[in-house]
Amino acid sequence: MRDPLGRPPVVLMVPAFLATLLLVVPLVAMVGATDWAELPDQLRSEPLRQALWLSLTTSTAATFICLVLGLPLAWLLARVEFRGRGGLRAVVTVPLVLPPVVAGIALRTAFGRTGVIGEPLLALTGFAFPFTTAGVVLAHVFVAMPFVVIAMEGALRSADKEYDAAAATLGATRWTTFRRVSVPLALPGILAGLVLGWARSLGEFGATITFNGNYPGVTQTMPNLIYVTRQSDQDAALALSMVMLIVSIGVLLALRDRWLGTP
Amino acid sequence: MQCPRSTLALLVLLLPLAGCGSGDDESGAQGELTVLAASSLTDVYEELATSFEEENDVDVTFSFGSSTDLAEQAADGAPGDVLSTADSTSMQTAEDADVTGEVVDFATNVMVIVTPAGNPAGIESLDDLKGATWVRCADEVPCGKVAQGVLEDNDITAEPASLEEDVRATLDKVVSGEADAGLVYASDAVAAGDDVETIEIAGAEEQLTTYYTTTLEQSEDAELAQKWTDLLTSEEGGAALTEAGFALP
Repeated sequence: MRDPLGRPPVVLMVPAFLATLLLVVPLVAMVGATDWAELPDQLRSEPLRQALWLSLTTSTAATFICLVLGLPLAWLLARVEFRGRGGLRAVVTVPLVLPPVVAGIALRTAFGRTGVIGEPLLALTGFAFPFTTAGVVLAHVFVAMPFVVIAMEGALRSADKEYDAAAATLGATRWTTFRRVSVPLALPGILAGLVLGWARSLGEFGATITFNGNYPGVTQTMPNLIYVTRQSDQDAALALSMVMLIVSIGVLLALRDRWLGTP
Repeated sequence: MQCPRSTLALLVLLLPLAGCGSGDDESGAQGELTVLAASSLTDVYEELATSFEEENDVDVTFSFGSSTDLAEQAADGAPGDVLSTADSTSMQTAEDADVTGEVVDFATNVMVIVTPAGNPAGIESLDDLKGATWVRCADEVPCGKVAQGVLEDNDITAEPASLEEDVRATLDKVVSGEADAGLVYASDAVAAGDDVETIEIAGAEEQLTTYYTTTLEQSEDAELAQKWTDLLTSEEGGAALTEAGFALP
């Protein structure tokens, strides 16, 4: 069928093709290098099931926290004029550019046993984040929140502010407008932001291992398990990576069909 | 961005500068020696490099990392003149790929307990680990295997709070005060200086870690590479290693 807008230009098609190659070739190569006979053994192993379960639960918990805390922040950035808004937006994006290990060190300085918040917390409650599952969730929230907030802010911005104004003229409070107008209009973007945050959280490695260490069933997420396994057994590490790849793609596809409604 | 064209031009002009920034420090050195070495050798190797550079009029560059990683890289033909590992298994990887020359053992290391300065949890021996927040290397990495051996020899069943990916990560958890104690090599304890207190483990020398070094086949200057091995086994090398907390085989 002829596209009424004309044929896609070569200048765009060539780079688009190269981009696809760049993304697909390493993954295909990994699939090719995997020793599939190893896979059933890995699937039965206790460390794998513990790590996979921990990864899925901590990422989901982190995504939920990102929604509860991040959506209001995204709304604030998108809808409220105030001094220092540009500064706040910049601060929100900083964790995006931090190397994950640095994020881990930053978290430790704040929430570690001798940290600014961690020390009084330990003295008051006897609880410390490092080496706990709660610490893993905290690290995930820290690295995933910027993605979630930026995506949600973009979605809220593109939903026209005029609708908010119309709701206000009809007597709606800002809270009602937020719930009944802004959020429903931006919903696809908000969900996309959550999926992005979840995916980022699932792959999180550096901050978790620096801040929380690595112990099976408590802080050993899939990326941690893959990393330490690779130290002694490359084939097993590849098989684990494959499990993680399949699970992540499966979840993303399921969400895409169900929620995002994109073909 | 007001004028993307001039920004682009500026970038193009700056690119070659970025290339010049690294590497050449115009020391006028004759050659170059590239050493792939286990991270625990970092401090002592850097110290030895200073005199080596002066004596032989060369630049020494290092790639420090886990022995397993480096041996695999060397086996894959990564450029380098010398490979030094903290265990025999990874050296075997390189030997199997036929990239090694003569393999020499030049140092040993023993496991110790370290605690943060002031020893807040009052750890005095392996027995005190029970109930404390302590860390060691994961079973998959060499230092974890050694730690496991030491704990078994002493019938210790206490569970660590974390199994770290390498010995420096283990040390880091103790130095930062997140862990009450950690099992690391004596040389790491020396490297951490006043940040940690060191407690020797009785019978730890039963689980000795041995360091191996070799010249690599891909070396462009085998004679120079051999000189590094000679330095390690010389009196000067031995003194530097002992100073850094290693023992000699």
